[in-house]
Amino acid sequence: MENNKPLIEVKNLVKSFGDNVVLDNISTNIHHGEKVVVIGPSGSGKSTFLRCLNCLEDPTDGEIIFENENIADPKVDINIHRQNMGMVFQQFNLFNNKTVLENIMLAPVIIYTKKAVAEGKTKEQFKKECYDKAMELLRRIGLEDKANVYPSTLSGGQKQRIAIVRALAMNPKVMLFDEPTSALDPEMVGEVLDLIKELADEGMTMVIVTHEMGFAREVATRVLFMADGNIAEEGTPTQIFDNPQNPRTVQFLKAVL
Amino acid sequence: MEHILSASVFSKFSKAFFEQGRWKMYLEGLGNTIIIAVVAALIGTVIGVTFAMVNYLNKKTGKLKVFSRIANVYITIIRGTPVVLQLMILYFVVFASWDNGIMIGAITFGLNSGAYVAEIARAGFESVDDGQMEAGRSLGMSTAQTMWHIVIPQAVKNCLPPLFNEFITLVKETAIVGYVGIMDLGKIPGLIQSRTFDYLFPLVIAAVMYLAVVLVLTKILHVLEKKMAKSDRNGGAVNGK
Repeated sequence: MENNKPLIEVKNLVKSFGDNVVLDNISTNIHHGEKVVVIGPSGSGKSTFLRCLNCLEDPTDGEIIFENENIADPKVDINIHRQNMGMVFQQFNLFNNKTVLENIMLAPVIIYTKKAVAEGKTKEQFKKECYDKAMELLRRIGLEDKANVYPSTLSGGQKQRIAIVRALAMNPKVMLFDEPTSALDPEMVGEVLDLIKELADEGMTMVIVTHEMGFAREVATRVLFMADGNIAEEGTPTQIFDNPQNPRTVQFLKAVL
Repeated sequence: MEHILSASVFSKFSKAFFEQGRWKMYLEGLGNTIIIAVVAALIGTVIGVTFAMVNYLNKKTGKLKVFSRIANVYITIIRGTPVVLQLMILYFVVFASWDNGIMIGAITFGLNSGAYVAEIARAGFESVDDGQMEAGRSLGMSTAQTMWHIVIPQAVKNCLPPLFNEFITLVKETAIVGYVGIMDLGKIPGLIQSRTFDYLFPLVIAAVMYLAVVLVLTKILHVLEKKMAKSDRNGGAVNGK
């Protein structure tokens, strides 16, 4: 049964920048349907951990097993695996030179057209499919009227919701969120968190780095508390937020709650 | 008095431009100048963008270290020596047995311009936010695909004004090829003066021709800038209607 096997296995992950060890031998598994929320003080390595999961940072040592392959191995074609791992950034990173619609369609069209043609579709048919899908995603977030504008005209909340559906357009098996609301004005945090929550309810596997503790408690099936490049404590939201064991966790939660 | 003056002005101009079909000399010179400048701009752009891309990718991926070094040495040498010496080295030494002076001039200025374009393009690439590349890669696009669809278009847009500045400088700078006897527009006034004994008009005519070329380039830049401004904040609003 597929679900017994973890979707992502992290084994003895080490990441260092020169002499600076940011991740010090981390091991954990992420299972299908899990919503793992990573919290911790700044500099604890949360973002680096997340960025190692799709090798946006190359791990210095250790293994990341995704779909039976160690994607930390430089010989593995990482692009194929990234197509199955959506990522959402703190700074949105929408493509500035593309319209909203193009932002969503670009990667599917570039990456999958060849395959579609091999399956007997014409390029135009496939492009139309990508267009329909992109418009459907835009309708879902209520921004279909923004399809043909450029990102520079949008609010932060709109940008981030588009960045999320851009990742969804690739039909990923897991979504990685790197502080998705940290760069937003307070009144826009809600719309982004609501969308993430919706995805969570639909069963999407996700790993979320966030400072929104209320959101973490609500959405997480498991919380990782990171400190000094290690997972200092992990457990259900109730365990971590209501009954933390590690003094570092206690100290951190006291500071942020 | 006025009448006499205007008559002599006209006759001098006529002598400098129309008599004995001299206008053909200007046009031929102008043609050569344009050939040298266009070929040089192409060579320079290819060299410059390649070097800048090597530098950018080296910075982002840590690969291509050797190429990046070579590019930097090249840029240092070219920018650190006078172009007239580079011209003489190519004309009298490297291509000593080749009699196509115009092409030698074009190659010289292409190699020279490449170093400057490299610096301009480097700034262009650096102006593109790192997040753009990361977003492309995170979706599963390759480095090459992300460069082509995302990074390069934005880099080009950001470095168009300095790039056209370089092209404008290049057009005027090519007048140096006269130094080794190549018949470009800058060389023509001297030739005509040696027959008409008037310097003013031949020089003014040549200057006006250079100016016309520069104005055309400026116009092209404005058209391109307008076209590319559509993703800017105000341009985007218009586009979104």
